Amino acid sequence: MYRLDHVTKQYQGKRTVTALKDVTLEIPAGQHVAIQGPTGGGKSTLLQMLGALDRPTSGRVVLGEAELSHLPDAKLAGVRAAQLGFVFQGFNLIPTLTAQENVEAALAPLGVAAAERTRRAGEALAAVGLADRAGHMPGELSGGQQQRVAIARALVKEPEVLLADEPTGALDEATRDEILELLEGIRRDRGLTLVIVTHDSAVARRAERRLHLRDGVVTEGVIR
Amino acid sequence: MFFTFLRRELAGRRRQTAIVAIGMALAIALVMIVNAVSTGMRDAQAEVLQSVYGVGTDLTVTATPTAPGEGGAAGGPQRFEFDAGAGQTADGSTALSQSRLTSGPGSQTFDAAALDTVQAIDGVEAAAATLALENVTFSGELPAMSQDQGGTEVQTAPDGGGAPPQGGFDGAGGSAFDVDRVTVLGIDPAGAAVGPLSAAAVDEGRGLEASDAGQAVAVLDASYAAIAGLAVGDAIELGGTEFEIVGTVASTSADATTASNAYVPLDLAQSLSGQEGKVSDVYVQAASADRIDAVQASIEEALPETSVSTQSDLAAQVSGSLGSASALISNLGLWVSIAVLAAAFLTAILFTIQGVTRRTREFGTLKAIGWRNRRIVGQVAGESLVQGLIGGAAGLVVGLAGIWVVNLLGLTLGGSTGGGFTAGGPGAMQGADASAGAPPGGMAGGPFGAAASQTATEVVLSAPVTLSVIAIAVGLAVLGGMLAGVIGGWRAARLRPAEALRSVA
Ligand SMILES: Nc1ncnc2c1ncn2[C@@H]1O[C@H](COP(=O)(O)OP(=O)(O)OP(=O)(O)O)[C@@H](O)[C@H]1O
Ligand SMILES: [Mg+2]
Repeated sequence: MYRLDHVTKQYQGKRTVTALKDVTLEIPAGQHVAIQGPTGGGKSTLLQMLGALDRPTSGRVVLGEAELSHLPDAKLAGVRAAQLGFVFQGFNLIPTLTAQENVEAALAPLGVAAAERTRRAGEALAAVGLADRAGHMPGELSGGQQQRVAIARALVKEPEVLLADEPTGALDEATRDEILELLEGIRRDRGLTLVIVTHDSAVARRAERRLHLRDGVVTEGVIR
Repeated sequence: MFFTFLRRELAGRRRQTAIVAIGMALAIALVMIVNAVSTGMRDAQAEVLQSVYGVGTDLTVTATPTAPGEGGAAGGPQRFEFDAGAGQTADGSTALSQSRLTSGPGSQTFDAAALDTVQAIDGVEAAAATLALENVTFSGELPAMSQDQGGTEVQTAPDGGGAPPQGGFDGAGGSAFDVDRVTVLGIDPAGAAVGPLSAAAVDEGRGLEASDAGQAVAVLDASYAAIAGLAVGDAIELGGTEFEIVGTVASTSADATTASNAYVPLDLAQSLSGQEGKVSDVYVQAASADRIDAVQASIEEALPETSVSTQSDLAAQVSGSLGSASALISNLGLWVSIAVLAAAFLTAILFTIQGVTRRTREFGTLKAIGWRNRRIVGQVAGESLVQGLIGGAAGLVVGLAGIWVVNLLGLTLGGSTGGGFTAGGPGAMQGADASAGAPPGGMAGGPFGAAASQTATEVVLSAPVTLSVIAIAVGLAVLGGMLAGVIGGWRAARLRPAEALRSVA
């Protein structure tokens, strides 16, 4: 699915920070990968490279056939719209839109007709167990419910890859396990590639492959 | 999606939406009112001009003014002479009355042949000549002089002697005199339909006709006739001749008087005032608007002794409260509108930028899930535009209400034209009083005839709601909304999609 070749990412500022140092990595389609490491180690930066949110300073990032490191902004947006799903630690729902509308927002750039959009968003919400909360505003939902809406939003476009940055970081343990089971179930059903950044070893242990990032350098952890 | 999101967003921040919309509404309303009022002012000025120069007059030809004293045509000696037998004696008083027709104040005459010269010029559609005059009537009562009373006996005793004076207006030997001024315009009854009377319509009786040439008939301004207590069929003495009043005329714009108090046939006006073959003004209509400048140049060349003024030269001469109000509106009104408009636009822009900054994570997230910049810019611009349109709609209502109030107030403005050439006379008084830049009684007035120098017109200000006023409101609303939207959208477009991953902190 992914191939990273000597990827380096530097942030220019008062002091140049090298967030990723010469990372070479391959992630096969359908793999469940956990990324761990100390804070500031470069985990979110790596996720941005995988998620076509930013380009590396040097090296190549290839998703399937597309070389993300050389695509223009509009093309990157297209890749994100069609192939990638994101789940964030802070849920990142649009506060002024209902659960249903938040999910539909993911289909807007794909040019899906309104009726079709409504139907698919409804199905996605049902798949995360929130069919009865479609009309609620994010503020009226619990953290776990909000994250379910965010997962529905990530999955409604039927992406090939799901990228999650600390998806359970803001949740209690019971809710955390529910969310993980939901994600794993969907991955199994759809053959989804799942990349989760986490501080939580309990989350990391459930992955097939664990990567460790420290000072921008990747080392392989336990593979089971 | 676009409209749902837009509606939810604006509803979600009602207070900001309201502030921006109110600011925009006030600014737009102000611009509308100022625009409508200045249109009203312009109309009022045109009305004042029209009442003086007539409809369709493009150019006015007058004698180039010379300093008072040099001008030879200013009419005979200003003296009233009564011989011994003059007047009628009754009850011991002698009533005397004499009227004299002279050139009006500020008016200089030139040869009537100028009309033929003007009419021969290429591009002149029509021309008419007039002679502006003023009739001054001197009337009064004197005590009768009785021969036998004055006798040979010398009156020496202060407390006795002859009989006390009798007669006179107070019955005790006093005298009283009235001086009455009437503006008179000599017009060619068979002439072209240009000039002052083209803006007037017959009120009662009839107007002057071709067959009136040489006849002692007069047409009076309807409001003057009312004040003077004269009606059709009565007589008026002008220059010592009894004129039969055959009709009255009123200005076609309801609230203005006509150019003169009385209108008489030109030939009679010339002979009675001793100005044979002279005229004071020639009114010219050009064949088309784009030929006015050329016609002006040709006349100036053909008649070097005259001044040729266009309608816009004349408009600059409108003074009085109308002139000052007009200047106030066009200067102060314009700048206040611009300032308020700028403040409203700035408010809209700042709130939009602040909104985009507050929604950094929101827009980052939308970019992360695949929204292109174009869509996000469109969303931000759409929100601003709708905000502007709400303000525009509110502004339109407030502005129309404001214009309605202005019209309801029915402000009256006095305007006079060309006053101030000669010291004295109502025209000069107006010019001085208006403080529109003319030194009192000085030479700063325009080179216009007596009719011009004596015309003061009261005009009720009406601020019209024109299509352009509405277009301004809508245009400004769209412009303000777009401006804020483009700036906000540009800020949103610059956000990195990676902002979505920023920790909630
Ligand atoms: N936009 C940026 N500009 C400058 N420096 C940045 C930027 N984003 C990240 N960095 C730096 O790059 C390094 C890696 O950051 P990154 O966010 O990838 O760490 P992380 O492993 O995700 O940390 P955490 O566990 O705290 O989320 C850090 O030193 C950080 O300060
Ligand atoms: Mg991070």
